[in-house]
Amino acid sequence: MTEKIVVKNLSKVFGDDPDQALEMIRKGKTKDEVLAETGQTIGVQSVNFSVEEGEVFVVMGLSGSGKSTLVRMLNRLIEASEGEIRFDGQDMRGADAATLRKLRLEKIAMVFQHFALFPHKSVLENVEYGLKVARVPAAERRERALEALRKVGLAAWADRRPATLSGGMQQRVGLARGLAVDPEILLMDEPFSALDPLIRRDMQNELLELQRELRKTIVFITHDLDEALTLGDRIAIMKEGRFVQVGTAEEIVGNPADDYVAAFTQDVDRARVFDVASVMEPPEALELAETDAGAVRARLDELGRDALHLLRDGALAGLVTRRSLAQAAGGGGGPLEGAMVPEMPRARPGDVLRQVYDACSAGLPVAVCDEEERFVGVVTPEAVFELLAEDKNAPEEEDAPDGEEKAAEAAPALSA
Amino acid sequence: MWQPSDSFEIPLDVWVETVIKGWLVPNFRDLFQAVQVPITTVLEGLDLALQAIPMPLFTLALVLVAWAVASRGLALFTLVALAVVDLIGVWPQTMTTLAMILTAVLFCAIVGVPLGIAAARRDGFEKGLRPVLDIMQTIPPFVYLVPIVMLFGVGMTPGIIATIIFALPPIIRLTNLGIRSVPEDLIEAAYAFGSSPRQVLWEVQLPLALRTIMAGLNQTLMLALSMAVIAALIGAGGLGLIVYTGLGRLDVGAATEGGLGIVLLAMILDRITQALGSESTTKSPGLLETLKAFFRIRAPANPPGSGGQSVS
Ligand SMILES: Nc1ncnc2c1ncn2[C@@H]1O[C@H](COP(=O)(O)OP(=O)(O)OP(=O)(O)O)[C@@H](O)[C@H]1O
Ligand SMILES: [Mg+2]
Repeated sequence: MTEKIVVKNLSKVFGDDPDQALEMIRKGKTKDEVLAETGQTIGVQSVNFSVEEGEVFVVMGLSGSGKSTLVRMLNRLIEASEGEIRFDGQDMRGADAATLRKLRLEKIAMVFQHFALFPHKSVLENVEYGLKVARVPAAERRERALEALRKVGLAAWADRRPATLSGGMQQRVGLARGLAVDPEILLMDEPFSALDPLIRRDMQNELLELQRELRKTIVFITHDLDEALTLGDRIAIMKEGRFVQVGTAEEIVGNPADDYVAAFTQDVDRARVFDVASVMEPPEALELAETDAGAVRARLDELGRDALHLLRDGALAGLVTRRSLAQAAGGGGGPLEGAMVPEMPRARPGDVLRQVYDACSAGLPVAVCDEEERFVGVVTPEAVFELLAEDKNAPEEEDAPDGEEKAAEAAPALSA
Repeated sequence: MWQPSDSFEIPLDVWVETVIKGWLVPNFRDLFQAVQVPITTVLEGLDLALQAIPMPLFTLALVLVAWAVASRGLALFTLVALAVVDLIGVWPQTMTTLAMILTAVLFCAIVGVPLGIAAARRDGFEKGLRPVLDIMQTIPPFVYLVPIVMLFGVGMTPGIIATIIFALPPIIRLTNLGIRSVPEDLIEAAYAFGSSPRQVLWEVQLPLALRTIMAGLNQTLMLALSMAVIAALIGAGGLGLIVYTGLGRLDVGAATEGGLGIVLLAMILDRITQALGSESTTKSPGLLETLKAFFRIRAPANPPGSGGQSVS
């Protein structure tokens, strides 16, 4: 993996004397103090990060935390006050006007929050725009623009004006406009926040799908943690112009750097963030032909578990539980076939915990197999519940008598 | 009671006379003569052409234009108005006035649009320009008729120059306004895709400012028409001259004929340029539309797959 984008110590001050403001910040003053004393706003403050080729790097933060300022500094729609930006090792801040134009034409494209489509141009002309200013011949750019429109499923709308499209479709045009120039880097500043939640989810899935095929390097801005967790290979949490934590979804949710991040992540549905691999234990199984009920019981006692997987010639064959053992033989060392349950919960290492939740609620261990159906691990209900324990949003247990509880809760409300 | 002018009077009139007569006229005579050349050329060409076109042909052409850009109603109005102008016997003068107006508006656009663009791009330039435009719009035209006569002499061309000065401000102002009100995010998007400033201007700013610029052109046109009579004072001809001579001889009939001609011409030009500005909003099926619809290969009314398409 190569580092596509490297940003070092990048800062932006909105005001007449950035050096003075930066000096004050270095001496430990806060953004508000600098604003009060000098009237200058700190937009972004000493941000460091790098993005690898093909990676989706999400910057997440509340309104005013400096996300737009940061992403606009990358393609120099805003000039940085201090710091270093490199694309493929090439210095961006020192680039002259011609080099900057070339970079924007060929390497970096941008998708905007409010779409920023040209209302006087047709959908196709909008998508063509980057190629047109690059003086690509008309026939070729039309072909490429149509190709980009096809990718986002809007080829049939090429001759319409953007205003006649719905919000979600307009944003897909925005995306196509970015893709048409075939950039190596896509900068996306809250591209989905103007869309309603259902369409936003669609667009996120669509982006993931496109990304799987195109492997662009993407810097994605959002103020929605769920969106960040869904899309980001790595996520940076931004606050008052600084990065407070950079890491994968699991690192951020599982190990928040400070109270600020913790406050963000406490409402996150952990079962959707963590995957099976993160709680998986080494596979424990016995070969069906070489064992009997007594040996299985001994092994269960030894491991302190209630269920064990069985193999037949190395391949996963089924599951025995203490209960199935008792029902089948009533003790003794008889053949295990009768006690084995062939249907058992299975999962892949990349599945999120939500997908194995039902099986765990039923108290069964989940067999984890990789793509080649090799048995690679076991997820025990205990491990899952331990990880989700801090999570308030864990779904209610299947067998809880929730009907009664709900009735009990409702009763006082009714009488009140 | 004493007032300052009892003791001392500023000889402003003498100063101005000295500057204009003693310095501007002798030193820049050639320049002022040269400025007139393009205006005179355009004016004479236009006048010649308009006088040469037979009245029915011209009427038909303008009626079709009115129909194409506006509505059937305006086409009808144009037909009647031009017929009236001819019937009251002021057709040649109307064509002269039209040639003058078009010349003035053409030069206003040539000068005004670039100035407006420059003002939109540089705040400093706009700040400097604004008071000049304010003065141009508030100063009574009679005040600058005298220096114009001194610098340019009398005749059609000086009349048009006076008209240009009077009618120039709206097109500058509205070009500036139109370009400045192009949404910032569109400009940002254009730059983000690597446009040069010139490409931003031609691809984004001018097309989006076009309606506002057309509104400015319409105002400029109306101001130019309202100068028709005043310009006649310094030797411009056309309908203005009929009104002016009517005034001199207290010939109310002639003055009315000239006035009616100006009003009708103004109404036609106003409606047509307004329709150009508000391009394709609400209009009854126009000629252009009808023709287009006739030749168009029937396109599918609804592209397939409206909402939530997935990516293949
Ligand atoms: N042109 C500007 N002049 C002065 N201050 C600015 C300017 N642009 C942004 N700021 C300030 O910089 C800070 C960061 O703004 P920015 O727009 O980057 O936030 P954001 O994280 O993108 O917020 P949002 O989610 O609302 O878009 C804010 O305090 C803002 O007031
Ligand atoms: Mg923002």
